[in-house]
Amino acid sequence: MVKKIKEKHSLAMRWCHWVNFPMLSIMIWSGMLIYWADDEYSVKLFGHTYFTFFPEGFYNYFNITHRLWEGMAFHFLFMWFFILNGIFYVAYTLISGEWRELVPQKKSFKEAWLVLLHDLHIRKMAPPQNKYNAAQRIAYTAIIIMGIGSVITGLAIYKPVQFYYLTWLCGGYHAARIIHFMLTIGYVFFFVIHVVQVFLAGWKNFSSAITGFEVVETQPKVKKTDGKKEN
Amino acid sequence: MVKKKIKKPLTVQQKINRRTFLSFGIFGTAAVGGVLGWRWLYNSPYEVKGITGNQRIPLRRALNKTELAVRRFLYNENHLVKTYPKAMASKNVRVNSDIGIEAEKKFDVAAWCLQVKKPNGEMLNVTLDELRTLPKTEIVYDFKCVEGWDQISYWGGVKFSDFLNHYNLHDQAQLQYVGMETPDKTYYVGIDMPSAIHPQTIMAYEVNARPLPLEHGAPLRLIIPVKYGIKNLKRIGTITFSNTRPRDYWAELGYDYYSGL
Repeated sequence: MVKKIKEKHSLAMRWCHWVNFPMLSIMIWSGMLIYWADDEYSVKLFGHTYFTFFPEGFYNYFNITHRLWEGMAFHFLFMWFFILNGIFYVAYTLISGEWRELVPQKKSFKEAWLVLLHDLHIRKMAPPQNKYNAAQRIAYTAIIIMGIGSVITGLAIYKPVQFYYLTWLCGGYHAARIIHFMLTIGYVFFFVIHVVQVFLAGWKNFSSAITGFEVVETQPKVKKTDGKKEN
Repeated sequence: MVKKKIKKPLTVQQKINRRTFLSFGIFGTAAVGGVLGWRWLYNSPYEVKGITGNQRIPLRRALNKTELAVRRFLYNENHLVKTYPKAMASKNVRVNSDIGIEAEKKFDVAAWCLQVKKPNGEMLNVTLDELRTLPKTEIVYDFKCVEGWDQISYWGGVKFSDFLNHYNLHDQAQLQYVGMETPDKTYYVGIDMPSAIHPQTIMAYEVNARPLPLEHGAPLRLIIPVKYGIKNLKRIGTITFSNTRPRDYWAELGYDYYSGL
């Protein structure tokens, strides 16, 4: 067997990813400290409440209560790092051309189902792919759009008078806060699926998110002995 | 053979090992650095209570920079708070706090008068009837609480800039801050002058076209739509002017002094 280095993730991508992880964690945590002060959202359908964000035990377990002033302070400082990192990432993918591997193609939306069926072991074959499969393309592009959404709704809540046009774009102050919250719930879902997938994909895949490459093993070319000249 | 030792090119396995070692080394170092940095920030000492208080020192320092930059860059007196038709105003205006106007404290609305302290020590006393003779300004807007809730409400009173003009407080308007306190001095706010003279800032004596009830700060309260509710002091007792930040109830407890929207 011959080992070969196959470049996978660029240095900029790895930095952005691993800087984003603690930044987003701090944003979600401090956001929770803020949300507690007016935790009025719940999942309602046809007049029935299915779930209220969040149960009292959850708040107590994570020590979230009565910390609004702290939450605002952390949230309004770390948001700048979160935004800068995001701007850098988007600019990098655009300039480097890596967006081509990330943005969904026309066929991606159809293929994503096949990927899902394959991942759930319902279908044997996965569609052919480049760096990312169809489902990944959709997920990794959606998360960036969500990030932009969080920034826009966030700024709309942060300075609703000075950023009146953003607040208007979000459908008002009240709606902006709800969207901002829903996007955060979305991140948590993304995170859970992402971590499960990374776990299932194994060490080699995880390691490449740190080193940037994967080791590919190939069979060495067998010398042909039938007398024909090699091309 | 050549004298000079030729460096052998690295084998693929050596390259793999070298890059893996370096990447994980840098990753691990950065991770440890991040955790230590966070712990330093999280466990750093709190500021000594002054005009602001109850906040980790490095966090306060950083925020003083970012929040000031945002304010300088963004604040514009021509940015008006969105207004709504009167019909959309809530009939049950939320009462969220009674600090400084607690019901058990005896308060005689009829005996009240607004005290304006001028920097030269002079005192200007203004009664509610006098204020009512000034042009009335009404506003229906989305009141925003720092806790996160908001409510469309309808207020009427004297525009603060009209008040300054009418009582010839032009010199005072040149100073940087306005301080307001409840008659019992237990609730107090500091307002930067640009926000105080914003065209939508009023001293309200009416809510939903009726005189203010006690729980909303009768007889006169501040309605400053460019700031969170915590700055909308109920029952104004005294007004002061200064170039230094007046004391502020919630800033002492860790909230942003400016609290602008």
